[in-house]
Amino acid sequence: MKYQSVFEIIGPIMIGPSSSHTAGAARIGRAARSLFGRAPKKATITLYGSFAKTHKGHGTDVAIVGGLLDFDTYDNRIIDSLVIAKDLGLVVEFIISEEETKYPNTARIVLEDEQGKIEVEGVSVGGGKADITQINGFKVKISGNLPSLLVIHEDRYGVIATIANVLGLNEINIAYMEVARKEKGSLAMMVVDTDQAISEEIIGKIAELPYVRQVALLIIK
Amino acid sequence: MKFTNVAELIALTKSEGKKISEIMIEAEMEQHNRTREEIIAQMERSLEVMQAAIEKGINEDVKSRSGLSGGDGKKLTQYLAEGNYLSGATILEAVSKSVATSEVNAAMGTIVATPTAGSVGILPGTIFATANKLNSSREEMVNALFTAGAIGLVIANNAFISGAAGGCQAEVGSAAAMAAAAVVEMAGGTPEQSANALSIALKNMLGLTCDPVAGLVEVPCVKRNALGAANAMIAADMALAGIGSIIPADEVIDTMYRVGRIMPVTLKETALGGLAATATAKRLEKIISGESLT
Repeated sequence: MKYQSVFEIIGPIMIGPSSSHTAGAARIGRAARSLFGRAPKKATITLYGSFAKTHKGHGTDVAIVGGLLDFDTYDNRIIDSLVIAKDLGLVVEFIISEEETKYPNTARIVLEDEQGKIEVEGVSVGGGKADITQINGFKVKISGNLPSLLVIHEDRYGVIATIANVLGLNEINIAYMEVARKEKGSLAMMVVDTDQAISEEIIGKIAELPYVRQVALLIIK
Repeated sequence: MKFTNVAELIALTKSEGKKISEIMIEAEMEQHNRTREEIIAQMERSLEVMQAAIEKGINEDVKSRSGLSGGDGKKLTQYLAEGNYLSGATILEAVSKSVATSEVNAAMGTIVATPTAGSVGILPGTIFATANKLNSSREEMVNALFTAGAIGLVIANNAFISGAAGGCQAEVGSAAAMAAAAVVEMAGGTPEQSANALSIALKNMLGLTCDPVAGLVEVPCVKRNALGAANAMIAADMALAGIGSIIPADEVIDTMYRVGRIMPVTLKETALGGLAATATAKRLEKIISGESLT
């Protein structure tokens, strides 16, 4: 049985989702959804620090799942997110962790379906804002409203150049770029912030390049 | 779970000689290893939040961020006080309190989702209006919440309770069914009468679309809460008058499920169809998204 408690029906008690402690959580969820690129079938959410301690009372759980359902931070359907997720067949599991983390309000989200899996870690930094600090094991620092292009590729010479070439040919200027790898010769990730918008077509071209494994555009909305 | 459908729930009330609310309280205690005092206290807290939301919606000038809702609960309450209304006082009170609660939700106030924020007004509106009419005790009102919860659990486990999955028939329809059953118990009706009431209420909302203007839980959601509350009160009265539902509750719930499955996605909380696709809705959507929401 999906629902096991009367308090899942009469409840939760919630204040509207515009409050800053839920907005940050919702943004992390939405960023994870954006990266996954489709509606996930299963979400495993680990909460650390004060997220872990206050998650039920402060609506963190409801907010994160709202983000996973691609709701805007001010969408008051967020209150119903746990119910909607259940109805739509998205399985959600929450894990409360005692582990110490660098930042107080941290959530690690694993999203999966038959096609694949991603892992995203984010931090609610206050005032409703969120930073993404880890993607699939790569440490990053993505914040703010500008989209970041993420490319996961094999760690080989020339790959970064071919990607930068596609951008150049399309007259897109790179404002900021960070490359990281887990270990030499395995997978690497590139985060690129650009001056111009990146279209679906360009994302498609980059995805077709040799040794490129995955491309996504991440915006923390 | 001690009961998986309405038939099993009613059978339990008969075999154990208890009300639906009592069966639910005991099931909750057993399932989650909690004491009666804890469970009752938690439900009482919800009742308090519901009361506060009603009072806020009726007494304060509530307005949503978008401006699409707010103030109707207050208007209706004043209209009721003036005395020149057509419908009954209790039903209008249920409606005005439902609207008030729904407006508080839209204005980001504190509410209790019953079972969702979209249908937030129906249960509190009907319970508080009925309590006023019958001079019910706080305990009877808390019990009503347990009865509503039991029905809601059955619906949630056998069909849907969210508009996104099953259309408004699943949200407002379910809440109206829950409220009808709860109010019957408050009025001293039998569990069978509660079952009839929920059937009558839900039957009347089959096929109801989820078509929120600009994707916000305001238009027509607030007014759907109004009619959902009215529906629940009428269904309860019919059941208490001895009227039965020809189609039994579990089959009505299953019908809601089947209808929800066939409903096109454009009519299920996607703001792509129904009222959300009208010229006025589109115009409002443009204006609202043009405003800064931060």
